[in-house]
Amino acid sequence: MKRQLPLAMVFIFGFLMIIQYFIPHEYSEWVNAFLMDWMMIIGVFALALGLWSLTRVSWDKVRQKKPNWGYSIVTLAGLFLMMFFGFDYFRHFSTAVGSDNYMYIHFYRHIVIPIQATMFSLLAFFIASAAYRAFRARSLLATLLLVAALVIMLRFNPFLGPLQPIMEEFSVWLLNVPNLAAKRAIVIGVGLGMVATALKVILGIERAYLGKD
Amino acid sequence: MSDIGLILSIGVIVVGLLWLTIRSLTGREVERRIIFLFIGISVAIPLLFNITVSEKATPIVKGIYDKVENLPSGSKILISFDYGPSMAPEVEPMSDAFLRHALAKGHKVFIMGLWATGQSLGAAAVDKIVKPEFPDKVDGVDYINIGYKAGNQGVLNVIITDFRKMYATDVNGVDLDSVEIFENIRSLKDMDLILCVGGGFPGIKEWVLFAADPGNIPLAGGSAAVATPLLYPYYPKQLIGLLGGIKGAAEYESEMKKNYPRFADMPTPGLNMMGPQTLAHMVVMAFIVIGNLSFFFAKRRKK
Repeated sequence: MKRQLPLAMVFIFGFLMIIQYFIPHEYSEWVNAFLMDWMMIIGVFALALGLWSLTRVSWDKVRQKKPNWGYSIVTLAGLFLMMFFGFDYFRHFSTAVGSDNYMYIHFYRHIVIPIQATMFSLLAFFIASAAYRAFRARSLLATLLLVAALVIMLRFNPFLGPLQPIMEEFSVWLLNVPNLAAKRAIVIGVGLGMVATALKVILGIERAYLGKD
Repeated sequence: MSDIGLILSIGVIVVGLLWLTIRSLTGREVERRIIFLFIGISVAIPLLFNITVSEKATPIVKGIYDKVENLPSGSKILISFDYGPSMAPEVEPMSDAFLRHALAKGHKVFIMGLWATGQSLGAAAVDKIVKPEFPDKVDGVDYINIGYKAGNQGVLNVIITDFRKMYATDVNGVDLDSVEIFENIRSLKDMDLILCVGGGFPGIKEWVLFAADPGNIPLAGGSAAVATPLLYPYYPKQLIGLLGGIKGAAEYESEMKKNYPRFADMPTPGLNMMGPQTLAHMVVMAFIVIGNLSFFFAKRRKK
């Protein structure tokens, strides 16, 4: 029963969602809207579960003094401080007053934004290093990739003078013809793969989501 | 001043790269921190000397600009802030430009986000742009921020039939039924244009799949440069235009500056960042060339 019930539910609701797309009737729309409401509710529970999971994992790390446990204190402090400020010092739980809280806004704008922007910016340094060390014309395919990358980068370069329109045209061709063809093929392939996987889940062939027990 | 900066930065970079080339060709190791230093210099000097480059809107950018421009005043434009702070330096110039352009044309602007971080970034955009630059625009009449709701593409699946099932109030807790801007608006299908700014999941692709295509709503957007090639397949059918990275933002800004005298002195982070980006690209290209030259020289030496 522990396995049969989820399998039956997935089968019923999976097929219901497929069928309703092909029935242009108000009842069908109602079923879709009703199930979407359920999805939202389940989504909110997932948020609570994530919160609990993060707290438990971080707290265990701190309690057992596992390697880098200090970072977990920062994680927990950040999590609960933002909740504290976000609920306006735990005074307003059901209104949006907290989103205007002075500390909430300042923590977000002056800590979260610069930290994340800095982390992302560091990529430029590593990309440059990787370009120097690893981007080599070792084979025909690697050479094609390298030339394509150089052309795309040169497209942005305003110091090329009369060569710039040619580079622009060539890079647009690269993006619109070979890149687009490959991408569309991938998109269609992924789409078909997703349909196959979804069918396997609905028909109960793929059961990994049920876990081991 | 910017000419001096340009000459100085190119001079420093060229001399440095020559030194690097000689070092690489003679088979000596180039430390990673030297490469980091080069990138640091190539980004910092153009920023210090404010080196900018001129831009002209390409058709993929012009498509969005013309759409916003040609919609009758008072049209309803939804801007979705689907990004976080890490992506903000790259895509925020796009959302800023969209917001300015839409308000300047007299359109009604609806701000929302499929990312939790989008709500605060949308609110920050209102504080930074709408309040100081468009003081005559009224919250709830000319613009509204309805914020974020959890559920990713599920949110789109719901609001394509009914906004109020997902959003009962705006971010300030004001009932949507009591605001003027939401009169006669039931679902996403009542929007004249959707502009999604993002580069991750959920993002432009989800807007295409779950809103624009099923609802037949015009959609355009701006995306981080790394994600842009993945979105080209949707242009021009499902997307009427796409801003790709800083370059796209700079093109949009240049178009606004060209056509609107009121924006002549507006902040142009996109255009400002094109200088450092161009020089950094040149340095990366030089690294690729030098790396390959040293690779072939080393191969020849081995033979």
